This record gives sequence, structure tokens and C-alpha cells, in this order.
Amino acid sequence: MRLDGRFGRFGGTYVPEILMPALEQLEAAFLDAQEDPAFASELSALLADYAGRPTPLTRCRNLPSNIFLKREDLLHGGAHKTNQVLGQGLLAQRMGKTRLIAETGAGQHGVATAIVGALLGFETVIYMGAHDAERQALNVFRMRLMGAEVVPVESGGRGLKDAINEALRDWSASFETTHYLLGTAAGPHPFPLMVREFQRVIGREARAQMLDQLGRLPDAAIACVGGGSNAIGLFSDFIEDDVRLIGVEAAGKGLDGAEHGATLLRGRPGILHGAETYVLQDEDGQIAESWSVSAGLDYPAVGPEHAHLKDSGRATYVGATDVDALAAFKALATSEGILCAFESAHALAYALQLADEEPDSILLVGLSGRGDKDVAQAQQLLGPSA
Amino acid sequence: MNRYGAMFDRLAGAGGGAFGAFVMLGDPDLPGSARMLRQLVQGGADMIEVGIAFSDPVADGPVIQAAAKRALAAGVRVNDCFGLIAEFRADHPDVPVGILTYANLVVAGGRQHFFDRAASAGADSLLIADLPAREAAPWAEEMRRVGIDPVLIAAANTPAETLAAVASIGSGYTYCVTRAGITGTHAEARFDAALIEQLRGLGAAPPVYGFGISRPEHVRSALDAGAAGVICGSAIVACAAQGGDVAGLVARLKAATRNDSPPQ
Repeated sequence: MRLDGRFGRFGGTYVPEILMPALEQLEAAFLDAQEDPAFASELSALLADYAGRPTPLTRCRNLPSNIFLKREDLLHGGAHKTNQVLGQGLLAQRMGKTRLIAETGAGQHGVATAIVGALLGFETVIYMGAHDAERQALNVFRMRLMGAEVVPVESGGRGLKDAINEALRDWSASFETTHYLLGTAAGPHPFPLMVREFQRVIGREARAQMLDQLGRLPDAAIACVGGGSNAIGLFSDFIEDDVRLIGVEAAGKGLDGAEHGATLLRGRPGILHGAETYVLQDEDGQIAESWSVSAGLDYPAVGPEHAHLKDSGRATYVGATDVDALAAFKALATSEGILCAFESAHALAYALQLADEEPDSILLVGLSGRGDKDVAQAQQLLGPSA
Repeated sequence: MNRYGAMFDRLAGAGGGAFGAFVMLGDPDLPGSARMLRQLVQGGADMIEVGIAFSDPVADGPVIQAAAKRALAAGVRVNDCFGLIAEFRADHPDVPVGILTYANLVVAGGRQHFFDRAASAGADSLLIADLPAREAAPWAEEMRRVGIDPVLIAAANTPAETLAAVASIGSGYTYCVTRAGITGTHAEARFDAALIEQLRGLGAAPPVYGFGISRPEHVRSALDAGAAGVICGSAIVACAAQGGDVAGLVARLKAATRNDSPPQ
């Protein structure tokens, strides 16, 4: 490997020896592609002409007008996920792989991977916790429509972390022909670095758009954090600026209980899925089951760069509960006519609170995805009269 | 000389290879697991490998995953596992015992503390399934300081420079895997004489084949490829889970390690 793959003390490559050659090949392909103008122009063309970049920056009209929304919900596929699946898909082609595997929680990353599988002609297999596959039957069907095979995972808690376990097991036996298209800025090196670089476009555009629309940078950039890919994508181009970086974790049913996904707020350093990072775990180190109303934030670990940003103090992390998120989801719908993903509603919930405390601060919010996938659940939670 | 060294010397003198038997500690519960350890020795196992169950075992196939799940469902804690090892050690002062587990269990209470507990329970080695040679050096150093051999994995696809690191960092034995994949792989195992030769040339700890050893002919071909021994895991765990004759299975597999065993 050419890089050490660490963010401070976090990150690394904690995988079975048998997977190391696959990670080395991936790192080499990624670093070579970064230096290759042909790769950059192919990816830019796909992002623009296929996925619909740049995405708008929308200033709120009826919610506090110091809130600006970076509209990844308008990207093809309905979330920021598309940015990085296109990047990894092109890399998989460069490496001569013919098959993609991916994990998915609620199905957003699975759908994104199915999109790139169909577009670039890969055999595509999506691992999905059996429990999630039952809850998200429509997304399972979406993936199948685009030609992907969906494999329900029966092991463990039958959720996202079990889907990752199963994808890693598949990859251990298949890496010669198969690329593991990991869905977030977590996992072993080079995934956290690579996914960040493919998501960096969010913050790069938002920064230029802020300067263009307002002539200044925001006071704070706010994004939800599950694995952390949309947040790291939004944060990265502001790291050197005097801009507060705020990650919002899922506080679920409350941070005092066990039913949340607040890894950075309530976990402690450990090693899961290839990286040293914060992990929700018991005293022995057994991994805890997380909880959030939004499946995308329901993960007991977090990308290692966020662990480093937390410990170094460069970013701060806060929580928004299921109830907070649902209120923000509804507020955005009724006030601005935008249905956002439950995940993104966590970031907005905190922004609304901050806008109240700091009416003069300019707040940039990563609206990472659209809410169509959550409408049925919202109806259940809010009742038919909303 | 430590227990591994003494065992390999004794077996080499007798003209045979080592038979290692794996079980998951606490599967199906603590008393059942203690009985199982005794049966492995009765069946003739030369070295014992014990798993400490982790909630997210990415290197394991369905059989070992199920064993870990049973142990955790029975409420087995890491300290209970060290207790089982200590109990076994008291009865069997000479049989090498190696621990197989995952990194998060090691670091959860502080990595040095884990190594200390392993050493005082009487374990001889520790293999951490998700700790590749690239990350292992500082861990291995701390293990050796308390008398625990760090066991590393060498696979058919492991590049030469990594094998050199495996040889210099690892001790006790070298865990060789037959092919890509996870434990319990049933595809026809291919035992790679070239890998063994490379490891011997690098002065690595004695190469022992794991993954895919379930029948006497696997044992024979692994030893014919030059391995110093074999480890059988999934077949034993599956046999135990079905209430089968574990000591009998171990005896049959052990018989194939003897040079005078009938050719396959």
C-alpha cells in the first residue's frame, strides 16, 4: 500500500489477510485514476449528463432564511449515493472486474449500485438484511427492476451490519472478478479516503455556490452522519476555512437509552468492518444493535475520519431524535414544498434549532436525499391527515 | 522450549504431522464446551484451537457463525472463555492451546490486558482473524512480551513481501489457508506446496493448514504438500452440533497424520 490509510489514530486495514491483495489493488487503481485526466473527465461527464450535477443550493423562503440547503435530493437516484457509485463503478471497470457486490440498509445504496450496475454492465448482487428487505419491499423491487440480484441476509440481527459482514465474506472468495462497492466512507482503507474524494463534490459545489449567491462562506456546515459519506463530502472543502462543521447523529428514541445510532456520542473506539473507529458495543466488545427511524443512520460504527474530526475538535457532533427529525421532515414539506429523506431531516432538525439560537448565522445544510422512500413510514408515524 | 516447539519436535521425531482441533468456547454452553475440549484430547488432538465468540465474525462461514451465536446466546462472556482455558490447562499441562478471535474483543478492555489474561489462563498463541500482517507488528510485540505467540495467516494469494512479514512477525505456527474464502469452505481443497516451501525458506514458524480440512484425505494431502500440521474446525463444530461422536471424528482425522497411515 502506498498510503497509511489513517486519520489520526483511526482507520487502517483490519481485514483478514486474504482480502489485503484486493485492498492493495483497489488503492493502486484509485490513486492511478486520481492522476489520470481521462478518468476525471469521464466521471465529470457522467455526474453532469447522467446524474444531474451540479445540484442547486436553495435558500429557505418560509423556514428561517439563514438556512441554505444543498440539494443532493435532486441527484439521479434520489440521494448523494450516486456520486460515489459512479466513481467506484468506473474504477471497477479499470480493474477489469465483471461483478459488483454491495450492502444496503434501507436500500438506497443498493438502488444506487443497481443503477451503476445497469449503466456500466456489471453483474450486480446486493446483500440486504432480511429484516430490512421485508420492510423495504419496494426498494428490493427497484433493484430487481434494474437487473440486480438481492440476497436477504439471515445472520445476526438481519440488518445493515450483517449485510456488510456477508458482503465481506463474498468478497473474500470472489475478489478476483468482483468489486465490493462499499456504500459509505467507512470500512478499511482505501474506502474512507476514496468515498470522501468521490463525495467531495458536494462541498466543493456548495462552497462556490455560497460565494456566488451570498458572497461569503457559511458560519456552519451541517450534515447527518450514519456511516458519514454525505457529511464528509460536505465538510471536506471547508476544513481549512473558518466554518463550523457539525455532524448530526441519530439520537433515535433518546441518548439515555440504548435505542439510537449515536456512535460518536455514545460509542467508544474499537474495530469494526476493517477500521479503527468509534463503535457502539458492550463491555466485552460485542457490537450493539443500533436504532434509528431512518435506516441510513442505523449503523453501530462510523467512518474513521469522523472519529478523527471529533477527537481533534475540528468537527462537533450532536444528536437529533426520531421525533426531532420527523418534525423537521414535516416542516420542510409544509413550508418549502420539499420532501427530504428522514436521514437529511436529522441535519435540518439541528439547523432549525441553531437558526433559532443564532438568527444571524448562515447555516449550510446537506440535504442528502429525497423522502419518497420514507413517505409510507411517515404516513404511519404522522397519521393519514399528516 | 514452548509447547508448540516441543509438540512439533516430538511429532517430527515420530514421523507425523500435528492435528489441531478447533471448537468455539461456550458452544453450546460452558459445561458442554469443557466436555468437548476433553473429547478432543481423548480423540488424539495434538493442539487445541479455541474460538472466543464475536458478534460479527466476517472471516467465518455458516457453521462457525452458528457456533458463535450459540455461545453468545448462552450468555458466555470473554472472561468465561479464559476460565475454560485455565481449567483445561490445569488438566493438560502440555497440550498447546491457541485462541482464535477478532480484533474488537482484544481492544475492548485494552489490548495489553487481553494478552495478560490470555497468558495467565495458560494460552500459547493468539490468532486475530481481522489483523493482517500490515497491522500486526505492535500487537505481536506486546504478545511476545507476555509469552503469547502471535499467529499470522498466509494465503495462496499473499504476496512475497507480506509472507516475509508473516515469517518475521509470527511465531508458534503459521496458519495457512488453502484458497480464497471463509472457514468451512467445502470446495476441493488444494494444498499449495509452493506456499509451504516459500514459508520454510523464509524461516517462518511451522506451517499448519486450516480451512477446508474435513476428511482424512485432506489431512494427508496437506501433510504431503509439506505442512507441519492441519487444523480442523467446521467439521468438528458441525459434528458436535449434531450430537455426533467428536472423539471418533478426531481419531479418524488424527490417524491420517501418521506417516504409516494408509495412502489415499
